[in-house]
Amino acid sequence: MALRRLMSGNEALARGAFEAGVTVGAGYPGTPSTEILENLALYKPDVYCEWSPNEKVAFEVAAGASLVGARSIVTMKHVGLNVAADPLMTLSYISVEGGFVACVADDPGMHSSQNEQDTRNYARFAKIPLFEPSDSQEAKDFLKLAMQVSEEFKTPVILRTTTRVSHSRSLVEIGERILSEKKIGLVKDPPRFVPIPVWGRPMRQRVEDRLIRLQAISESSPANRLEWRDRSLGIITSSIAYQYAREVWPQASVLKLGMSYPFPDSMIREFAAEVSNLLVVEELDDFIEQHVRSLGLACRGRDVVPGIMELSVDRLLVSKALMEGRPVEVRKPSAFSDRLPPRPPVLCPGCPHRGVFYALSKKKVVVTGDIGCYSLGAFPPLNRMDSILCMGGGISMAHGLEKAGEPSKVVGIVGDSTFFHSGITGLLDIAYNRGSSTIIVLDNRTTAMTGHQDHPGTGRTLMGEATNAVSIEDIGRACGIERVYVINPYNLDKTSQVIFDEIAAEKPSLIVSRAPCPP
Amino acid sequence: MRAGLPCWGGCQRGESMSEKGNMKETKSIVLVGVGGQGILLASEILAQTAMLEGYDVKTNEVHGMAQRGGSVMAQIRYGQEVHSPLVARNEAHILGALEKVEALRYADYLRPDGLAAVSTQAIMPVTVSSGAAKYPEDAKELLKQAFPRLVYIDAAKIARELGDIRAANIVLLGAISQGLDLALESWEKAIALCVKEKFLEINRRAFAAGRNYS
Repeated sequence: MALRRLMSGNEALARGAFEAGVTVGAGYPGTPSTEILENLALYKPDVYCEWSPNEKVAFEVAAGASLVGARSIVTMKHVGLNVAADPLMTLSYISVEGGFVACVADDPGMHSSQNEQDTRNYARFAKIPLFEPSDSQEAKDFLKLAMQVSEEFKTPVILRTTTRVSHSRSLVEIGERILSEKKIGLVKDPPRFVPIPVWGRPMRQRVEDRLIRLQAISESSPANRLEWRDRSLGIITSSIAYQYAREVWPQASVLKLGMSYPFPDSMIREFAAEVSNLLVVEELDDFIEQHVRSLGLACRGRDVVPGIMELSVDRLLVSKALMEGRPVEVRKPSAFSDRLPPRPPVLCPGCPHRGVFYALSKKKVVVTGDIGCYSLGAFPPLNRMDSILCMGGGISMAHGLEKAGEPSKVVGIVGDSTFFHSGITGLLDIAYNRGSSTIIVLDNRTTAMTGHQDHPGTGRTLMGEATNAVSIEDIGRACGIERVYVINPYNLDKTSQVIFDEIAAEKPSLIVSRAPCPP
Repeated sequence: MRAGLPCWGGCQRGESMSEKGNMKETKSIVLVGVGGQGILLASEILAQTAMLEGYDVKTNEVHGMAQRGGSVMAQIRYGQEVHSPLVARNEAHILGALEKVEALRYADYLRPDGLAAVSTQAIMPVTVSSGAAKYPEDAKELLKQAFPRLVYIDAAKIARELGDIRAANIVLLGAISQGLDLALESWEKAIALCVKEKFLEINRRAFAAGRNYS
């Protein structure tokens, strides 16, 4: 019997990438995706891995590797794919050479995310195949299948997980690594790789032709399977929703979609014809259901299965009761539930961010925040963050508030990793367009929120090598910011003084609050 | 399994992941506490033990935001064939808690005849220290009301007496091991697999102390 190990979905994806012969992996940390690349990096030197400054860069690094024939993956969380959407949409056109898989982790239920979005829509948007594993074994198997489909059809592929797939552990059979036989080197072919309109228009047609050929593969993919049981109810499902559906309707027949785009229309029709009642069980958007209906097939789905927040066996038991016309059992809260003090996450004891928030609490200013541990500065007792939009948004939003005439002074807050991710362009905008906001970089020398990953400012790479540590102050000055200060946030008096002076100043300022994240 | 693209290897899964297969019912365990108490290590050891016994196993935990001093839950399910990695309400056979209020918070995961092992520790959340909420003074009475089968154990004290308070999680694991049909030698093997050599001895003793507690 093959060696089996208990692995999280993310560890299994890394193992799958290793076994599939991947030699280049890039990504930007983001819960619940971070451990994919962290685990792939353990296979060095067989695999080159890097934390790129942001997801767009990571995507392009992996795409470049693919163009010369290497098998590559790029990893990110769902909102990261928004950042990388530009290269995604056109990589679909210029096509890939070595297999290319984008591993994207969604966060239904918003455990650690600012929104809940369904990455499956991007597969249809970019007209590329989509794989959705439902446990760790499938995560490994589907990564390999996705790599194979990518290379054979020269298409980028999205492999979508969710928090529960990425962070659940289950048993995985370990396999052998299979290397590509391709010789590494760019085979020059501008009509294929350069999407200027004259060559881009034929690419546009090739994308559509490829989608038709991919549909035939979807019909026969081992990732899509029919499970025949009782035929009075048939369920079409994918990802972790499959596991919940199997618990709630153990007797029902199931069409389990693992390669869920392009849709296997013949399989769906065959399945629908054989069952008396059809139900679609999927998490977040009604991606499958809309397609099933477009085929002219009647089904239940969103009318009984909620599309907001993650599914669970508990929630599907309610769906089942609704379908069967039974009254839904209302759970009584325990007699003591209103006496239990809430326990929200907080900034760690000794966190250097506290000093800055404490100083800001003394001033009547508007604070535009950003994504990271310091998001917790919005909660009591600090209460010192007024908005959060997205990575890097804290800086550019501050500028927008100020230009629109916000009566209070405006302070933008960003972390060090987030500054390198997408804060620099916002700072450049403030300097260029004569803004006056005060920007504070909470520089704790690491990507803390996701578990202490390195970034361009730390002086170390994911491969464990020493490298040049980029100076945030130097970047600020290069952007054209004249008032640049470095403070120690544990020195509360000095911190307050610098922050107050810069808030009062008529020119834009960059304050780097520097103290390492305590161990 | 349908025929399709020839696989690059390793794509076909076995008919059953289980070699044991004599346990029809899936066992569900919920472990709760506060970020930093070692819930995840306890979960990993339990899962390894079940795997060594030949069961199909799934576990789940939430990372990221939840770790920053917040309430933490790990879920473990094992049996012949396990689908959902999440435990449903009213389903858990065992609830292990390293903190009293956290035990009460997740009480509805435990089935009515389930076993609750709760450490006597109280950790004040920020909502209490900032005066916005009160920690229930009668937490022990509430635990007795909520859990007919309650093991109330000062895991932190036992661990401290053994030499390292950080082993409280393993003391609790020892206590709940009495309610599970997993062999002692598998537990010991799993601890050796999951714990660094340097901390092995203290964790072994912590497990034994919890297991022999009554």
